[in-house]
Amino acid sequence: MNARTRTALNVAPNIADHDAFYEMLVDTHQDLDDEQSKMLNAQLILLLANHVGDLQVLREAFAIARRNVAASPPRQ
Amino acid sequence: MDIDYQRCVFDYAPATGDAARHPVIVVGAGPVGLATAIDLAQQGVPVVLLDDDNKLSAGSRAICFAKRTLEIFDRLQCGQRMVDKGVSWNVGRVFMRDEEVYEFDLLPEQGHQRPAFINLQQYYVEGYLHERAQELPNLDLRWRSKVAGLVQHPDHVALTVETPDGEYVLEGQYVVAADGGKSAVRRLLGLESHGRVFRDRFLIADVKMTADFPTERWFWFDPPFHPGQSVLLHRQPDNVWRIDFQLGWDADPALETQPERVIPRIQALLGKDTQFDLEWVSIYTFCCLRMDDFRHGRVLFAGDSAHGVSPFGARGANSGIQDADNLAWKLRLVIEGKAPDALLDTYAREREYAADENILNSTRATDFITPKSAVSRLFRDAVLQLSKDYPFARKLVNSGRLSMPSVYGDTALNTPDSDVFGAALRPGAPALDAPVRVQGEADWLLWQTGNEFTGLYFAGAENDAETLRELEMLTGDRIPVQTLVVAPAGQAQPGMLEDVEGLLAARYDARPGTLYLLRPDQHVCARWRYVDAAVVRDAVARATGNAAAPHAIPETERQVEHA
Repeated sequence: MNARTRTALNVAPNIADHDAFYEMLVDTHQDLDDEQSKMLNAQLILLLANHVGDLQVLREAFAIARRNVAASPPRQ
Repeated sequence: MDIDYQRCVFDYAPATGDAARHPVIVVGAGPVGLATAIDLAQQGVPVVLLDDDNKLSAGSRAICFAKRTLEIFDRLQCGQRMVDKGVSWNVGRVFMRDEEVYEFDLLPEQGHQRPAFINLQQYYVEGYLHERAQELPNLDLRWRSKVAGLVQHPDHVALTVETPDGEYVLEGQYVVAADGGKSAVRRLLGLESHGRVFRDRFLIADVKMTADFPTERWFWFDPPFHPGQSVLLHRQPDNVWRIDFQLGWDADPALETQPERVIPRIQALLGKDTQFDLEWVSIYTFCCLRMDDFRHGRVLFAGDSAHGVSPFGARGANSGIQDADNLAWKLRLVIEGKAPDALLDTYAREREYAADENILNSTRATDFITPKSAVSRLFRDAVLQLSKDYPFARKLVNSGRLSMPSVYGDTALNTPDSDVFGAALRPGAPALDAPVRVQGEADWLLWQTGNEFTGLYFAGAENDAETLRELEMLTGDRIPVQTLVVAPAGQAQPGMLEDVEGLLAARYDARPGTLYLLRPDQHVCARWRYVDAAVVRDAVARATGNAAAPHAIPETERQVEHA
């Protein structure tokens, strides 16, 4: 595998207690309005991105998310 | 007592009978045109400098002059006056609402002659440059001389110059267009700059007052005295403070410049009881743009005519002075017949690269200060909120990344490293200053360099004598190299530079026998652990376009890369 095809982003299952993680993610937003939720998500992205640190990992994650969103038609 | 440069009016002298063909005509006597003309003239190239007006800059324009620019002004022999008059600063602070979230020191280490920045009104900079220009008999400055026509010929450019006495044709081998953002030369050639316009308006207010703010750059996001917008405060000489208020795109420029609107904004910042005089008020908008090519035949574009940036980062005037620094020695060698005309292409490539870097930094800062979408604003506000408690977020706060000189890492003029060195002074980097002793007197490295190719040899190797004999031969070359010999503290013989604090060897990652080769603009173009005359000659040939670069990319590949 050369550098071009190797992925830096780990997309294999990596969280031991996946259901607990997901519950935590949703619960963190409890009782927030949309504006507050957006701000919470933004801060989470910044905190976690800094923890990851590797720009190549982040680039791959951003690209997957962007591709998925751009592939679906805009909501009316 | 200072001269009031804003009120100086210069005499027009008739020049309509000028039939000579001049080596270089510089258009525009702003900071960039003056610097280019001075650089050429002091290197021995006669130069005509045209300006359509007969005054220097007025009002609040460029104010922050960076360390590298001051070093260039030193080479132009007017840096000390700038520093003496200017307000030196190294520290910036960023506030979110009423809390400080971030502080930066732009020159955290000692052992540099010049500070990270001085603040100095553009009219002083132009005044000092103008006085330096007047000392040079081969610099012919013609006021009220407007370029109204331009024809490129195979071996010269013919300008039509409009004067109070009518028009005349002025011929030059090369023309430097330093005639600003609305460049007449660019328009006459049918050329444009391309880029982004930012939809925001800023109010500049210069106020005169005695205040006890420290000499630092202060930037506020969403301060209580100007909610929802940003404010920037800079100290200038003569007790003048410059305040930039972000107003938003919907602000009405005519209304917002009225004193009854401006004064309450300033009082909100300073307090109701502070006494001040309003010196200058204006509204600005800005764009980040550049010409596709800084060279068109025999016309070379420099400064705002070639590129424009937002003011956050002080990258406008500073990059323009660095354009002049890059261009003058190349023009000189070409005019003297010591380098091919193609050397001037490297001016365009190197400074286009620098412009891209400046535009990138300036655009990023502007996107942070003036978010252009709801999500951009969301992330900006998220960063600012996190920055109060988390150091990582402070790094993301962008109130302007301040001007640093570009490293011409990929230029064809560099000889790539063949020995292992630290990255700081890699080929293409501007030389770093360091304290030295010369004949026992305290001095600075950069003063010993520039205008010619300079070798910097670190003594102490077993074969010093032999190497120095080789290097001595280079002083008689067609493009000479003057070698400076650096000795460790306490070991300098007469004529050597004493590296008093060891900073020179440390900054240059030097060992005994190391040689750095500096271009006339003080950028490193080659370095070796061991040298002889032949390798240095090869490097000089390459740095002057006199040798084909062995790694040049074939034309076909280059097109693919740019597609």
